[in-house]
Amino acid sequence: MYGVEVTKLSKRFGTRRVLDEVSFTLAVGDSLAVVGKNGSGKTTLLKILAGLSTPTRGSVTFSNEKKKLDRAEIRNRLSYVGPELTLYDSLTAAENLTFFAAMRGVSLEKDRVDSILGDLQLGGRGGDFYGAYSSGMKQRLKYAVALLNDPVYLLLDEPTANLDDEGKAVVAGIMARQKKNGILIVATNEAGEYGFAEKLIRLGV
Amino acid sequence: MPKSSSGLASKSLAVLRKDILSEYRTRYAVNAILLFGVTTLTVVSFSVGQLGLPGDVYAALFWIILFFSAMSGLAQVFVKEEESRTAIVLRLTSDPSAIYIGKLAFNFLLLMLLELVITPLFFIMTDARAADVGLFLVVLVIGSIGLAGASTLIAAIISKANIKGALFAVLSFPILLPLLIGAIGGTRKALTAGENPFAAASSELQLLVSYAVVMITAGWLLFEFVWEE
Repeated sequence: MYGVEVTKLSKRFGTRRVLDEVSFTLAVGDSLAVVGKNGSGKTTLLKILAGLSTPTRGSVTFSNEKKKLDRAEIRNRLSYVGPELTLYDSLTAAENLTFFAAMRGVSLEKDRVDSILGDLQLGGRGGDFYGAYSSGMKQRLKYAVALLNDPVYLLLDEPTANLDDEGKAVVAGIMARQKKNGILIVATNEAGEYGFAEKLIRLGV
Repeated sequence: MPKSSSGLASKSLAVLRKDILSEYRTRYAVNAILLFGVTTLTVVSFSVGQLGLPGDVYAALFWIILFFSAMSGLAQVFVKEEESRTAIVLRLTSDPSAIYIGKLAFNFLLLMLLELVITPLFFIMTDARAADVGLFLVVLVIGSIGLAGASTLIAAIISKANIKGALFAVLSFPILLPLLIGAIGGTRKALTAGENPFAAASSELQLLVSYAVVMITAGWLLFEFVWEE
C-alpha cells in the first residue's frame, strides 16, 4: 500500500522559521488538511512534498509496501495543483493536455481529450489558447493535467481559488474520488475544503 | 488506468515538438538569434568583408558571428520556462533526460536555422571562399552539435539567475573555448584547402567530435541535478 511519512520537517528562509518539526504519516484512503493563516507555511509544506523545495531539516519518504519510492516513481504517482503553477500560454488547451500526457507516458486520442475537457466543463474550448483562458478556466485545465496520471498522491494548494460554483462542485468530486482511491493533501483556509479531511495540521500556532 | 506509451524517445520528441510549436507562434528565440547574426555579419562585411583577408581571419570571423548569435538565443529554451513559470509543471511531470534531449535537439535545430541563413550570406558578403565545401559543412555540423550540447546545459544552469544574459555568455566562453579553437582551425583548413583537406583537418575533427561526445554525455549525466536541485 502506498504511503508517505513526514518526519520532523523544518524549513527556514534566512532567520525566519516557516515550518517547525512537522510530522505525519498517511496511507491510501487518508486525507489531510493543512490550515493556517497567510504566511504560515502551507504552500511551503506542499512544495517540499512535491519536490519543488528542499527542507532545512527532516525528511519526506514516499513508499509502497514499505519500499521507498525513487524520484521517477514519485513523479509518476504524484500530482500538484497550486496557484503558482502555469501551463503554456502559447499552446491551446488540447495541445497542453496532449503534451503533458506524452510526458506522463499516456496516449491521448482526440476523443479522450474532448472527454477530459468536457468533464471539467471546458468542452468546445480545447482549441483556445491557454493564455486566452480566464483564471477559473486555467484552474480547471490544471486539474485536467494533474489527473492525467491517475495520481496516488494529490496535493492541492487553495483548490477552489478562482473557481465558480460549478467549478467548485467539479473539484469537490475530484477530492471525493481521490480520498477514496489515493492520498489527498489540501492546503486551505476554507472551512468547506478542510471539513472533509480525517486529519488536520494547523501551522503557525 | 492510463495507457502507457513508449519511453524516452517519444517524451523527448514531445518536448521538441512543443518547443518548435511554441517558438513558431512566439518567435522568441528565432528573432533574437537571426537579428543578432545578420547585424553582426553586416558589420563584419562592411568593415573587412572585401579586403581579401586570409582564410584564417574569415574562419575566426565566421565563428565569432555564430558564437555571439548563439549566445543571444540558445539560453531561451530554459530562460523562457523559468520566466513564464512553466518550469514548475515541467519539473513535476517530466523525465529530466527527456527534457534535456528535447531541448538539446531544439537548440541544434535553432543553430542549423541560423547557419542556413548566415552561411550563404557570409560567402556573398565577404571575400571568403570554401575551397572544400564538404569539410566546411562537416566542421559546421559537428561544431554545432558541440555548441548546442554545451550551451543547453549552461542555459539550464543560468536560467534561475537574475542576470541571465550576461552570465550565459560569461560562463559559456571558457567552456566553449576548446570547441571554438577546433572549429576555427577546421574551418580555416576548409577555406584554404590543400592536397587532402580532411586528412589535414583530422586533429580538429577529432577535437570537435570528442568535445561533442563529452559535452552531451556530461549534460545527460548532470542535467537531472541542475534541473531538480
